[in-house]
Amino acid sequence: MVIGLQHYLILSAILFCIGLYGVLAKRNAVIILMCVELMLNAVNITLVAFSRYVVPAMLTGQVFAIFVIVVAAAEVAVGLAIIFAIYRGLEDIDVSKIDLLKW
Amino acid sequence: MMPHQVAWLIFLLPLFSFVFIAFFIRPFVKPESRVAGYITIAAIGGSLALSIWALFAVMAAPHHEIPVPDITWVVIEGGVTIHLGIIMDSLTAVMLIVVLVVSLMVQIYSQGYMHGDPGYHRYYAWMSLFTASMIGLVIADNLLFMFVFWEMVGLCSYLLIGFWFHKPSAADAAKKAFIVTRLGDFGFLAGILLLYLNTGTFDIHELHELAIAGALAGTVLTWAALGIFAGAVGKSAQFPLHVWLPDAMEGPTPVSALIHAATMVAAGVFLVARMFPLFEHSATALTTVAIIGGITAIFAASMGLVMNDIKRVLAYSTISQLGYMMLGLGAGGVAIGIFHLFNHAFFKALLFLGSGSVNHATGTFDMRLMGGLRKYMPWTYATFVIASLSIAGIWPLSGFWSKDEIVISSFASQPVLFYLAMITVFMTAFYMFRAVFMTFGGEYRGGDPNAHGHDSHHGQPHESPSVMTIPLVILAVLSIFSGLWNVTGHFGAFMGHGQTHGFFEGLFHPFTQTLPWIALILAGLGILLAYAMYSKSWLSAERIGGMFKPLYTLFYRKYWLDELYENIIVRNALLKGIFAAFEQFDNRVVDGTVNGVANGAIASGRAMRHAQTGQLQLYGLFIGIGILAIIFAIYFFG
Repeated sequence: MVIGLQHYLILSAILFCIGLYGVLAKRNAVIILMCVELMLNAVNITLVAFSRYVVPAMLTGQVFAIFVIVVAAAEVAVGLAIIFAIYRGLEDIDVSKIDLLKW
Repeated sequence: MMPHQVAWLIFLLPLFSFVFIAFFIRPFVKPESRVAGYITIAAIGGSLALSIWALFAVMAAPHHEIPVPDITWVVIEGGVTIHLGIIMDSLTAVMLIVVLVVSLMVQIYSQGYMHGDPGYHRYYAWMSLFTASMIGLVIADNLLFMFVFWEMVGLCSYLLIGFWFHKPSAADAAKKAFIVTRLGDFGFLAGILLLYLNTGTFDIHELHELAIAGALAGTVLTWAALGIFAGAVGKSAQFPLHVWLPDAMEGPTPVSALIHAATMVAAGVFLVARMFPLFEHSATALTTVAIIGGITAIFAASMGLVMNDIKRVLAYSTISQLGYMMLGLGAGGVAIGIFHLFNHAFFKALLFLGSGSVNHATGTFDMRLMGGLRKYMPWTYATFVIASLSIAGIWPLSGFWSKDEIVISSFASQPVLFYLAMITVFMTAFYMFRAVFMTFGGEYRGGDPNAHGHDSHHGQPHESPSVMTIPLVILAVLSIFSGLWNVTGHFGAFMGHGQTHGFFEGLFHPFTQTLPWIALILAGLGILLAYAMYSKSWLSAERIGGMFKPLYTLFYRKYWLDELYENIIVRNALLKGIFAAFEQFDNRVVDGTVNGVANGAIASGRAMRHAQTGQLQLYGLFIGIGILAIIFAIYFFG
């Protein structure tokens, strides 16, 4: 079996959907944050794969993936800080209970 | 010839006076200062001098008209061009003289009458504007321009009738004058628009030519003329829109003199005269003018017979005389109607200023509280009698000449109206001399018991200061001699009709005719009856009033027209009928729509806010579904 572009894309799609499911369905804020990371990394796989297969001479996709990783690290830092703040206030990180914007 | 800038200046001088007083004098000069009065008198005096020049220039000009170039005012692309312009013909020239002479006399007189009034500057500002508006009205050469000044005259009379606006009666009278005349103005505006839709022009000369050429004729012309006449009925207080005028007595007396002699009420008569070629070519309209005029003349005179307030007697007398003017226009023509306007302006201004002088002395307008003023106020008495003789139509005073022509012309064309006019001659003489004898004859009856007017009225009444009596004397001289203008037929020829003849031939001509004799005898009988009833008490006024009790009550209650208008039409028909319907429409339909929109927004919000769960993940789910939907849509339909 020759591993080609479509395999990478399928893997990426599977990871993205798992991440999306987690974001939409999980209650625990930390797990949601992890699922967001999963979605970002799914995107990273597509970026690197397209770069490798479509324009092999250039490193655009790889560079972009590194940027995403950097931003994701920052996002995790901010996200966790928010979760801490919420936990201090509500003593819970169940997002279904964080519904202060409710009518 | 006169340069056309001068013609404009006649109008602009009083306007400048208004602007100057309103914006510079009134805010910055203390109210005791008389400077506003001097400015107004100077401006109006200047205008008068220029209009005398204009009168002689017009007399010398070919066809009695000086052409004045137009100024382009409004250009609508592909539509109409409206010019601002002046007609300087014989009618304008005569009207200018009337307006400015009376206005000047009134301004001078007001120096005395309004002395010490806290609204002194305001008074003169409005008087200037009033005069300027009236001048604008008489010089206007298109109907639109004229309508603007027509409304400004109405506005100024509103402001001046309600000058003492802290009195509720004055404020009400001002509103009444404004609203009642507005009914007529609606007709005028409709007439203007009807003419414009059918001819495409507002220009008065062009409309005249179209009417004379027959291009404007038939039903359109009749309705347009009747619309214009409706405006004149409102402004000139003709039946059935006369009710505002007696109430307009609430204004300061010099204002009444100006309104009743030269400006406001003259505007309606002038309008009919100005648009006369239109009336001339519509027999219906012309007959309507004559009939309304004739009815108004006798109708108002009958009410004047029984009033006890001297100003109200004069008010009904004005309405009656305006009816004569309309009758003269309808039955005789421009020259006859305007000639009466010209003469009437002087003696009616004199009568009003005289009544103001009496009020100045006694503090009241109620004739039952006056009496015997002949001894105390010789100048006022003499001038008042001259004016009364003139209005009664006694030869050779001015009223005789114009009234005579009206009566003769109505005899030829409208016999029924002729009889009404003859009865009115008798009534006029009677009510005027009733006023004279009640005011000046007999013994002084003490004036206003709770005097609070101008000065202290306790003790003897005294003659007014000379600033008030001099205008009276000037107007008295004019009342005697102004009628002599047409003795030679010159006025008629100037207005475009008739031939001139010798002065003495004309002066004694009436005595060779039957009708002037009848009119003179009737007037004499009226004076005699007044003398018998109010001076000598040969006949008891109370007993005669009692004999004709129903008639007396009818006159005294003014035919219940005020009650009819106020209670039946305004309170019931309008207030309970139409206005109630409007109120329902407003409450249900208009408010219903507005509230419905608001309630709909509230209800939909109430329903839709359940979508806002506060669950971030649910929002995310919907975002995801939305994105998928868009992708599918693009994929399948894009």
